[in-house]
Amino acid sequence: MFNYTFHWNQALRSLPQLLEGALVTLEIAVLSMVIGMVIAVFFTLFRLSGNRYLNAFAVSWIEIARNTPALFQIYMAHFGLGSFGIHLSPYAALLAGIAFNNAGYLSENFRGALKAIPDTQSRAGRSLGMTWLQSFRLIVMPQMFRVAFLPMTNQMVWAILMTSLGVTVGMSTDLAGITQALNARSFRTFEFFAIAAVIYYIIAKIVTLGARLLAARMFRY
Amino acid sequence: MIEIENVRKSFGPLEVLKGIDLTVEKGEVLTVIGGSGSGKSTLLTCINGLEPIDTGRILVDGTHVHAKSTDINKLRCKIGIVFQQFNAFPHLTVLENVTLAPRKVKKMGRAEAEEIAIKQLNHVGLGEKRDVYPSRLSGGQQQRMAIARALAMSPDYMLFDEVTSALDPQLVGEVLDTLKMLADDGMTMILVTHEMSFARDVSDRVAFFHKGVMAEIGPPEQIFGDPQNEETRQFLSNVR
Ligand SMILES: Nc1ncnc2c1ncn2[C@@H]1O[C@H](COP(=O)(O)OP(=O)(O)OP(=O)(O)O)[C@@H](O)[C@H]1O
Ligand SMILES: [Mg+2]
Repeated sequence: MFNYTFHWNQALRSLPQLLEGALVTLEIAVLSMVIGMVIAVFFTLFRLSGNRYLNAFAVSWIEIARNTPALFQIYMAHFGLGSFGIHLSPYAALLAGIAFNNAGYLSENFRGALKAIPDTQSRAGRSLGMTWLQSFRLIVMPQMFRVAFLPMTNQMVWAILMTSLGVTVGMSTDLAGITQALNARSFRTFEFFAIAAVIYYIIAKIVTLGARLLAARMFRY
Repeated sequence: MIEIENVRKSFGPLEVLKGIDLTVEKGEVLTVIGGSGSGKSTLLTCINGLEPIDTGRILVDGTHVHAKSTDINKLRCKIGIVFQQFNAFPHLTVLENVTLAPRKVKKMGRAEAEEIAIKQLNHVGLGEKRDVYPSRLSGGQQQRMAIARALAMSPDYMLFDEVTSALDPQLVGEVLDTLKMLADDGMTMILVTHEMSFARDVSDRVAFFHKGVMAEIGPPEQIFGDPQNEETRQFLSNVR
């Protein structure tokens, strides 16, 4: 192992390319979070609705998302759907797989958060003439987001890290994909992966910090 | 006018309202007293349709509260209710708490809703607090905000369910003063309370509930001075 000599220069020269990949990584993570949140809000409504079928659908999704490897979920989006004739690009498959995973975890976060909001809140809304949906949207949901904010931030970080699984379905434009390609060409494995790891770390930290600042602005009560 | 006709209501095997007949006229202040579990809160939540009833009917200005064809959300706009727990919306400022329903339910413009809200907040003595969040308010202030929030919908009826019971004793007075002011303004009110001297002071009529039955109803002089029902007498001698 000691005949490996470090060549940081070559790796550092590829930094612009790696940073471009980092942007794609961030993009997928953000999109997957937005999609995951929208689905999770619907699942929360499904569960509250008391409709058996909607509830069963949400629960099945959540169970699978939380109890199977994220890698398989991305595989299924790519190869699984492929065998049904639905061919997603690596980008779309990665996005779908992570969004699927996010939706499952976020639904559980929302469910937990709802326990912290007394029934009397939506009752007060209904008493003022709001529909069930209005009192959810205007009164319950904003409070739910606050309670679930920390777990949501964690899921966002997790989403960023999950994007690296994209290499297994041929994703080549994100940080992991580019790192992989550069490595294959140069065999500077340690250098490239070390730099990529540092970039992942920095993105995760920035997101966490950004979330904290956002929370301070949004939740002033 | 609120007309309650032979209303029965059970929670599972427990019959909570056992055939209530009661009419509240426009401009009347009716106080409901009675022991814990006698069905007072349930009656109020049936009146605004938050709880279904088993038999009988409730009419508000001639509209069936529990009929399928009734637009319950519209009906609730004219029946304000304030609960024992203040139910402030913690994520909204005082002003936003009060403007929310007028804007989203009545589709009022922001300026108009705020004008009404500020008027109501001034009315209950919270004009200065409009931009703070409810967590910064005392219990009494939160309860007055809840009253202003209900009033901002310009209801024709107000229901109050033990609105002072969760308050520290020194804060009860300010909320009772607000209720008194409303009564003097001619608001039609049904209020459930344990504040007997207040009930005596503001009510046109007082109803005594006992185990799901309205055991006695009459002017406050009768109920507090010369109760006809043995249960009423017992209850009042215990609370005094
Ligand atoms: N949602 C519910 N589910 C089951 N039982 C209920 C429910 N709400 C009320 N009850 C029961 O119905 C009975 C009447 O309750 P209600 O709250 O109307 O009494 P109350 O007269 O308001 O009493 P208090 O003075 O304690 O507020 C009680 O025995 C109560 O436990
Ligand atoms: Mg009660």
